[in-house]
Amino acid sequence: MTRRTRLRLFLVSAAVLAVVVLAGFGELPAFGHPGATFGTVLNALSVPQRHITDVVTAVNFTYRGVDTLAEEFIFFAAVTAVVLLLAPGDDEHADHASDAATGRWVPQTSDAVRVLALALVGPTILFGLYIVAHGHLTPGGGFQGGVVLATGVLLVYLAGEYTHLHGLYPDTVVEGIELGGASAFVVIGLIGLAVGGTFLATWGPLGQVGQLNSAGDVPLLNVSVGAEIGAGFVLILSAFLRQTIVLRRHPPSNASGSA
Amino acid sequence: MSVLAYGVAAWLLFVGLWGIVQSRNLVHLVICLAVVQAATYVLLVAIGYRVGAVAPVFAGVRLGTVAVDPVVQALCLTDVVVGTTVTALLLALVVQIHKRTGSLDPDSLRDLGE
Repeated sequence: MTRRTRLRLFLVSAAVLAVVVLAGFGELPAFGHPGATFGTVLNALSVPQRHITDVVTAVNFTYRGVDTLAEEFIFFAAVTAVVLLLAPGDDEHADHASDAATGRWVPQTSDAVRVLALALVGPTILFGLYIVAHGHLTPGGGFQGGVVLATGVLLVYLAGEYTHLHGLYPDTVVEGIELGGASAFVVIGLIGLAVGGTFLATWGPLGQVGQLNSAGDVPLLNVSVGAEIGAGFVLILSAFLRQTIVLRRHPPSNASGSA
Repeated sequence: MSVLAYGVAAWLLFVGLWGIVQSRNLVHLVICLAVVQAATYVLLVAIGYRVGAVAPVFAGVRLGTVAVDPVVQALCLTDVVVGTTVTALLLALVVQIHKRTGSLDPDSLRDLGE
């Protein structure tokens, strides 16, 4: 198919899609006036029923918790796929780490970047833990905090310390944390089934609204998700970094010789 | 104002699709898909918006204050997580395609079967 035919085909289908989208938008509630929704009910129920002040977390981890379980495993499957796809091939070998981009000049990491990145590692990880721990009180939780935690690890790379980075976080340990986080979510859900009669039913002391140790098992769920997301992102990052930094393809003659 | 919020969502959808169709670089193509996905974020948050309402967080806010819809915001969070992983997965495929074919042009993909 030439680019011209493809473009024509796209314009025709886009016109059809535009009609469907416009018709769909016509049925939406007027912007800013959604009427009474399921969300209105949850806004009223979340604090008295679950002692959770961040209603988005209440939806994700209690009222709609099974969806989040599925979402966690979508993430888990995607991380596994990325790591498998980027695994070293038969014709590749690990070189000693150097940030070599083919065909372009790579500037040295400046001292200013090194110092700033290393100085930010500690505060970033602390901030990530804070976001994970306060998921049931203020905006945040395992998903958001997990990404912040992984950023802390990326900062070590920015500081130009890739070799140290890999020594600090062996892949097997990170994989263990990811697996532990994913399994913990299921286990917490099963405890809910045993105690409360339904999977992911809230259990544990509800505590006082607004306190860190309130909302029953929801902080535990946030910690498990934070561990899984943080470790998963570290695995994705190190798989991509390994591509540019460590792995080198054999020269063709060498490959045929060893094959 | 009503037209603007939904209009931005529609614009992002179509401009992303246009980018995918016209793309000459696989990395560009993956980012265009992320733009299409961004349309869903705007749409979800726009559907839940309520004039004069606060965020659905009752920390330091009196219970019963009118708040925007938390359900679509939770869906949006799911959307972001899935979107990120899809982007990572596709970029991993792009890395492999570049290794095998030495090219990032989507039009060169037709040779893969040979």
